[in-house]
Amino acid sequence: MDDFALLIGGKAGDGIDKAGSIIASLLNQLGYSIYVYRDYPSIIRGGHTFSIIRASREKKATCREKIDFLLALNQDSITFHTNKLTDNCLVIYNSDLVKVDTIPPEKKSFGIPLEKIVKEEKALDVMRNSCIIGCFAKAIGLDWNILETVFKKNISKETDLNIKLARRGYEVIKEVTKIDKCSDKILPLVTGNEAIGCGLLKAGLGAYVAYPMTPLSNLLHFLAGVADDFGIDVIHPESEIGVILMALGFAYAGKRVAVGTSGGGFCLMTESLSLAAMAELPVVIILGQRTGPSTGLPTYTAQSDLHFAYRAGHGEFSRFLVAPGDAEEAYFWAGIALNISWQYQIPSIILVDKTLCEGTFSIQIDLAGSLEEQKVPLWDAKEDTYRRYRNAENGVSPLAFVPQKDQIIKVNSYEHDEFGITTEDAQITKFMQEKRLRKKTFLLKDLEREEVVKVYANKKADTAILCWGSNKGVCIEAAQNLGLKVIQPLVLSPFPVEQFTQSLVSVKKVICVENNFSGQLAEVVKLHGFNVNERILKYDGRPFFLEELEDQLKKIL
Amino acid sequence: MNQKKDLGTYAVNTWCPGCGNFAILTAIKTVLSELAQEGFGLENVVLVSGIGCHAKIVDYINVNSFYSIHGRVLPVAQGIKIANPKLKVIGFAGDGDCYGEGLEHLIFAAKRNIDVMMIVHNNRVYGLTTGQYTPTSPLGFKGRSTPFGTKEPAINPLELVLASGATFIARGYTHGIDLLKKIFKESLAHRGFALLDILQVCVTYFNMYDYYSKKVYELVNHDVSDYNKALTKIREWDYNLDAAIALGVFYKKEKPCFDENFISEKSLIDKDINIKKILEEHI
Repeated sequence: MDDFALLIGGKAGDGIDKAGSIIASLLNQLGYSIYVYRDYPSIIRGGHTFSIIRASREKKATCREKIDFLLALNQDSITFHTNKLTDNCLVIYNSDLVKVDTIPPEKKSFGIPLEKIVKEEKALDVMRNSCIIGCFAKAIGLDWNILETVFKKNISKETDLNIKLARRGYEVIKEVTKIDKCSDKILPLVTGNEAIGCGLLKAGLGAYVAYPMTPLSNLLHFLAGVADDFGIDVIHPESEIGVILMALGFAYAGKRVAVGTSGGGFCLMTESLSLAAMAELPVVIILGQRTGPSTGLPTYTAQSDLHFAYRAGHGEFSRFLVAPGDAEEAYFWAGIALNISWQYQIPSIILVDKTLCEGTFSIQIDLAGSLEEQKVPLWDAKEDTYRRYRNAENGVSPLAFVPQKDQIIKVNSYEHDEFGITTEDAQITKFMQEKRLRKKTFLLKDLEREEVVKVYANKKADTAILCWGSNKGVCIEAAQNLGLKVIQPLVLSPFPVEQFTQSLVSVKKVICVENNFSGQLAEVVKLHGFNVNERILKYDGRPFFLEELEDQLKKIL
Repeated sequence: MNQKKDLGTYAVNTWCPGCGNFAILTAIKTVLSELAQEGFGLENVVLVSGIGCHAKIVDYINVNSFYSIHGRVLPVAQGIKIANPKLKVIGFAGDGDCYGEGLEHLIFAAKRNIDVMMIVHNNRVYGLTTGQYTPTSPLGFKGRSTPFGTKEPAINPLELVLASGATFIARGYTHGIDLLKKIFKESLAHRGFALLDILQVCVTYFNMYDYYSKKVYELVNHDVSDYNKALTKIREWDYNLDAAIALGVFYKKEKPCFDENFISEKSLIDKDINIKKILEEHI
């Protein structure tokens, strides 16, 4: 099979997320490119939760609606997903809890008495997953050794018992649809959050400060777990207000620092976003969007904070705003954002969403771009006296950090002179405003040297899909199927007008695809003089699935 | 600016004549100068202030500083301290700043017993916004936002930080600079979170000089290591009712500090190899 999808579903607390990861690892061993979408409610127990694992020979960073394998731990998994089954599908279900009379008889299904087996083996309920995974492995003709290796690597508690349960599943079924190894090249599987974390670490992250909030909590967990290996400080303070202020303390002391949050937490941080700008302190903010406004749907996705990120903060200042679209871009641009923050002493915002943060991708790190910790412009001590805000052509004053013998380093939230002493003088105010705001112009010149507006699929087509962030994968695949062009601006502030203009040469029709109600990117490009002809918008908390996007595109074309 | 002996700057002082802040400025400058004479390089000191009359103090002292925003002195001070635990970090805040807008940070800094010295210029009124009540204004205080008197009693910040885990708690008064210097000096030598609540009189909006001068007394023969005795003394005056007002150190205790966890050698770490390892583990 070149391209297939598996859905495993149950209720919250059934361990669906972990089971999905193990299945992804199994299929990964066969050399497939993997993409995992996690759909779960904001509850600890109950509800309906599922993971879709897509495996394909070529890299795909999105989900299809159609399901080739359905592993059903509860009745909801049948009820909600029967209509998505392909003709050749296989359904494996818990015959002790699930009725399959709604599934058309021509579709293959296989029941396994999970409650009975778990009871016989004196295992925990959550180990039903191991049994059903064993069953699936045999159904696709997977070598037992692969399963055993993956289990040993991924399950640290009661490993032997889990393997025993998998074996029971493996033995009750015969091979149904053989899936052969498709490549010898096996890539690492990472979530978007892990990719961001690795990019930050590669670019010399010194500290990460965050308050838990979906979809960024996993980045906090990941970095806390590897903190000692990288010698970084990971702190979880009392609130997002505490987070950003503590981070600015780190930046003042010379530590490369990042913070992560979602919309509500970012609201709390915005006062200090302006402080970072005024005091010219470098900080990276990872903003993971989810469905708002307010608490909204905490575990579902959205792209509705672009305008917020674009404009957040009081007063006017330079910022770097980037929206990566997959794991490679998340890795690369997270590191670049850290470098840019320190190169220009400005806040950087990495705008991502639940789809990207909590999605799992096969990552090709060698294709992501070369990333190093860039040296920062330091004070050369040639003058007698250090001036923290010394005038400079590009607005960037050389940095020095405490302790600096015989020198004073003052930063200030008030308007200030070159030494950092408060002033309300009109001339100095004008001078300092211009110093901070011209950084943007120099940054844009730097950025236009990189590929910051990407173009994919049929580059000669006169109809283009305009998208940003996590919609990259689904838009590319739909465009490939329909012969369209895809334009993806990666950097959104300062807006790369030159490259964006280039990308539109010979394009007659632009269709903007976004996960929000109003078409926020369409509005941003309009500010820069570009028009969008059509908008395809989705704002129900779920990402676009390939088939639905194609259907909507066909209606417009 | 370079380090100067008198620790002054060219900034013009704009506090009202008679303001209690002058005493705090003089006391801290004296104590820092003494520290320098003892051989402690003042480049290792960072001052952090919030917003309000008190906050101008960092413009007036020629030492490293972070002039922060209202209520947020402590998270900034803690970030600096964790990033470089060898630094001596001193926070300055107003009562509205530290006990109002930024109260959560005070409780958590005390809870962590992080080695930061926090000086609160407690004038019990908002000065820079021209005379509104603060968390420590007495019940019935008539300010511009409460012209008929507040309907809520003051909090006792010392009791709050004692309960939260602070290991150095003292009260000073801006009449009586010798005691101020003494508690500043003692606090600088202490490792752990220190709250110094300074009754700093605002001559323009809440002039308490006469009242305080009648009520204050200095603690003598007080056992600073005894939690319960500290609590009793702290509760003697609750910032509302008429009572004698004790000055000096109420409580002092040696306890592990949060920042101690961040002193580590990091030069041998090869991040490239470690990232490769992470990716290999994810295959």
